[in-house]
Amino acid sequence: MTTSAPMIEVNALRKSFGALQVLKDINFKVETGGVVALLGPSGSGKSTLLRCINLLVVPDDGAIRVGTTTFAFGPTRKPPRTRELAAFRSRTGMVFQNFNLFPHMSVLQNVMEAPVYVRKLPRKDAQDLAMAQLEKVGLSDRAHQMPETLSGGQKQRVAIARALAMEPEVMLFDEATSALDPELVSEVLLTIQQLAADGMTMVIVTHEIAFAREVADRVVFMRDGVVVEEGPARQTIDEPRMEATRTFLSHFHKGQMPR
Amino acid sequence: MYEWDFSILLNYRWLLLQGMGITIAFTAAIVIGGMAIGLLAAICLLSRFKILRALSLGFIEAFRCTPILVQLIWFYYALPILMGISMTPTMASLLALSCYGGAFYAEIIRGGIVSIDAGQSEAGAALGMTPGLAMRRIILPQALRRMVPPLMNQSILQFKNTSLVSVLAVPDLVYQGQMVAHDSFRPLETYTAIAVAYFAILFPLTVFVRNRERKLRTS
Ligand SMILES: Nc1ncnc2c1ncn2[C@@H]1O[C@H](COP(=O)(O)OP(=O)(O)OP(=O)(O)O)[C@@H](O)[C@H]1O
Ligand SMILES: [Mg+2]
Repeated sequence: MTTSAPMIEVNALRKSFGALQVLKDINFKVETGGVVALLGPSGSGKSTLLRCINLLVVPDDGAIRVGTTTFAFGPTRKPPRTRELAAFRSRTGMVFQNFNLFPHMSVLQNVMEAPVYVRKLPRKDAQDLAMAQLEKVGLSDRAHQMPETLSGGQKQRVAIARALAMEPEVMLFDEATSALDPELVSEVLLTIQQLAADGMTMVIVTHEIAFAREVADRVVFMRDGVVVEEGPARQTIDEPRMEATRTFLSHFHKGQMPR
Repeated sequence: MYEWDFSILLNYRWLLLQGMGITIAFTAAIVIGGMAIGLLAAICLLSRFKILRALSLGFIEAFRCTPILVQLIWFYYALPILMGISMTPTMASLLALSCYGGAFYAEIIRGGIVSIDAGQSEAGAALGMTPGLAMRRIILPQALRRMVPPLMNQSILQFKNTSLVSVLAVPDLVYQGQMVAHDSFRPLETYTAIAVAYFAILFPLTVFVRNRERKLRTS
């Protein structure tokens, strides 16, 4: 881990949907090159927090900093403008549970789309960039296939390549392996692990506890919209201090990370 | 027993062909005009501004809930008086039929857009696309494929609706048919031939739409 300023900083974040308070005063940091695993029971607000980090969900209160961009929210502050939001999101990559590939485009077009239309790279450069990312996830030979012809694991790797093609400062993963057949999970986890080894700053929501233990350097446990416990990954998973964390972890076998 | 004699219609073939030409040209114009209006109305329906949604809904319901025949007559007689402009029967017909079609196209286009999984626009947004760009590059291309069969169905109705412009003396196929029937004293043959002509054009289109629908279901 480096000693420079954290890459992601979340301060006093709050979010409600109607009367339901989903995030209640969330604070946490991710170091540059750090990997944080976000764990917690269903409905605890993990996805909402992750989506607040790239402002797919706009918080009610608090502040978020990614890299050099800071957004502050509150009743007296104007919500960010559409263009500001888009520019900010173009620098944070996000991978969804259901892949959300564009079904009307080939694999290569999926990966080239944002570099061409958002970053406005020349087609040739975008294609080289896209091929390099597909190479990285081991799918350059599938570049000209349509998404529907791929397995779930391959689709998710294309989605990762698509996010990487924007050369983001951080990557956010929301249960990237939850929709996959068990035998396809490991190829996606290995891709994410490779990214971690390359020094990508990441926040990973996952139910793969063994994976979190191995790949993340810190874990954050959430329950009912608050951070219950936070600490170094291995120590916190092996010897949780809080009762809520222990209860949550007891539902999982502490097996090996799938290979 | 009535003795059919279609050969008499050969004397009027140019008149009838001309009518057919006008009917086809009219359909092309109101399909294009209607789709432009429909797309605009659909985008307004999906806008985050309440006033645009309300305006669009008002327009759509006004045209969906009144008979097209009344609209035609209203556009020709009432609108010029209200607006202080003059309108040819052709202009009034084009306008009324385009708006009428647009009201129905709008619902089809709106439905097609909202049928696309929200994850698609989220993925676009997460990549840094503005809502407009995501609509143009991600949502509309997918929605369009689903919209083609219902849009074509509505256009088939529009083709038949052009027959109503004969009340404003626009010389379409039905209007020319009325002339021919009067002149030849052969209304049975004339209207039978006209029905066959409409059928010959529309039947292949309905078959095409059916095939598209089947393909969409299986894909
Ligand atoms: N757009 C929304 N509108 C209303 N309620 C929402 C919305 N998004 C999330 N919620 C609610 O907020 C709470 C937290 O949801 P969130 O998806 O963040 O949980 P999670 O920790 O990711 O759960 P899971 O493990 O099931 O994915 C839930 O009660 C959910 O129903
Ligand atoms: Mg979730």
